[in-house]
Amino acid sequence: MKRKQHMSRVGTGLFTLISIFYILPIVVVLFNSFKKKAYINLEPFQLPDETTFTGLENYTTAIDQYGFLKAVGWTVFITVGSVLVILICTSMCAWFITRVRNRFTKAIYILCVFSMVVPFQMVMFTLSLVTDRLGLGTPWGLIIIYLGFGAGLAVFMFCGFVKAIPIEIEEAAMIDGCSPIRTFFSVVLPIMKPTYISVGILETMWIWNDFLLPYLTLDIKKYKTISIVIQYMKGSYGRVDMGAIMAALIMAVIPVVVFYLSCQKYIIKGVAAGAVKG
Amino acid sequence: MEKAIKRYFPIFLLPTLAAFTIGFIVPFIMGIWLSFCEFTTVTDATFVGLSNYVKALQDTVFRHAFWYTALFAVVSLVVINVIAFVIALALTQKMRGTNIFRTVFFMPNLIGGIVLGYIWQLIFNGILSVYSTALNLNEWYGFAGLVILVAWQQIGYMMIIYIAGLQSIPGDVMEAAAIDGASKMQRLFKVTIPMMMPSITICTFLSVVNGFKLFDQNLSLTAGEPSKMSEMLALNIFNTFYGRTGWEGVGQAKAVIFFVLVVAIGLIQLRATRSKEVQQ
Repeated sequence: MKRKQHMSRVGTGLFTLISIFYILPIVVVLFNSFKKKAYINLEPFQLPDETTFTGLENYTTAIDQYGFLKAVGWTVFITVGSVLVILICTSMCAWFITRVRNRFTKAIYILCVFSMVVPFQMVMFTLSLVTDRLGLGTPWGLIIIYLGFGAGLAVFMFCGFVKAIPIEIEEAAMIDGCSPIRTFFSVVLPIMKPTYISVGILETMWIWNDFLLPYLTLDIKKYKTISIVIQYMKGSYGRVDMGAIMAALIMAVIPVVVFYLSCQKYIIKGVAAGAVKG
Repeated sequence: MEKAIKRYFPIFLLPTLAAFTIGFIVPFIMGIWLSFCEFTTVTDATFVGLSNYVKALQDTVFRHAFWYTALFAVVSLVVINVIAFVIALALTQKMRGTNIFRTVFFMPNLIGGIVLGYIWQLIFNGILSVYSTALNLNEWYGFAGLVILVAWQQIGYMMIIYIAGLQSIPGDVMEAAAIDGASKMQRLFKVTIPMMMPSITICTFLSVVNGFKLFDQNLSLTAGEPSKMSEMLALNIFNTFYGRTGWEGVGQAKAVIFFVLVVAIGLIQLRATRSKEVQQ
């Protein structure tokens, strides 16, 4: 018994060390974000000192010159809007195609599953042509595109859950005079709450971090997301402002960490559920 | 009841169906068609048969990207899954602080590929500069960098799936094995791993497909440097579309090849590990 306790203490110590190493890359970027830009590439592993420390200057540059906060705003708008629309529309769709069984609904289901395995590169060029033609290159239009492209996974996950709901509950509601819409919103929707959370988490993780889809479809002169701004800062020709990039990276990581720490329980559940289904 | 619901088709089905058509079905079909055409915009597309495919397969950069990607997928699959499995085993033991460790390991997974790439670029270039070299000078530095980056990002994700799998192994099976005199190693290889095959199937499937589809991290960490030698398939397709005028058709043909490849590899992988799953 003594030996076991000893082993567990060694394990805790070892994993504490590994954990510190694990977050070290982010810590390095954090202290570099307070250094003058000229010193970042020269000595990235030195802590800032009197000569290299520059305070919050890099942060103000990233915000003022590169419009970082605006990008955060658009990213929040696109992510929240798309996830809400995806949740409502695809859950209704999934309920419909599970309850109404014919060849047409079966075909939709198969197409949805199929779309999950298609890599984005397969459709990226033609998708950007379609969005251009339809004038969907705005954050509002992007919500529609995300609904279309994210429908596969969401419909698939909701269908799996609807199949497990006993149909008698819905029949009882309908006999009592509920319309299908009322039945869906006051009977089915509350039962599916855990699935809403799982799907919501998975879609949020995807859309928040997505780079290529908004890069190709959005009118990026007017609208930029966080990933696009960072790529733009680095990729634009001329002088690359390392300080502003460090600050932008930290400002990109902070919301994610806050979101993660505040809904960690649901995120991990959602990931496990999504993986088992996928 | 079915009839009553069916009448509500426009409300329940139409929004998703319309968006799905715009966002997926139309681009997909157009993509297949355009891979047989030469074009710069859709209106001037002319049918050219298989010549795009021939050009794509003759492209030495594309072929290099294929082997580079395939090697990357295999190496990252092994690295990610072995480490994630070992961590999952350790974190399901009785130990203080397992929840905190899980939290830490999972966190990088939520950070976007572009952000991750630039975080690691600073770190790798900082280390390499000590030996007066840099990430964009050697394709194998980029390769190792990508493996480390992707491992850092995905180990936590796979760990969560493995922990869920480990926790679902019934305790009496392990107990029975222990009473029958199986050693720790025997229990791991004869009981735990066979019982874990469903989780292993999922994780290896995800990591091999993710490896093949990797784009953001490749773009931000190396951008294909030096001279397209660290370019992976997805980035190569992107550059064919947007870097070479007149090559849009070839890009689309490459995209179709890529799509078939990803689906085929996914299916082969699923079959290979599914056959090793045991009945519980």
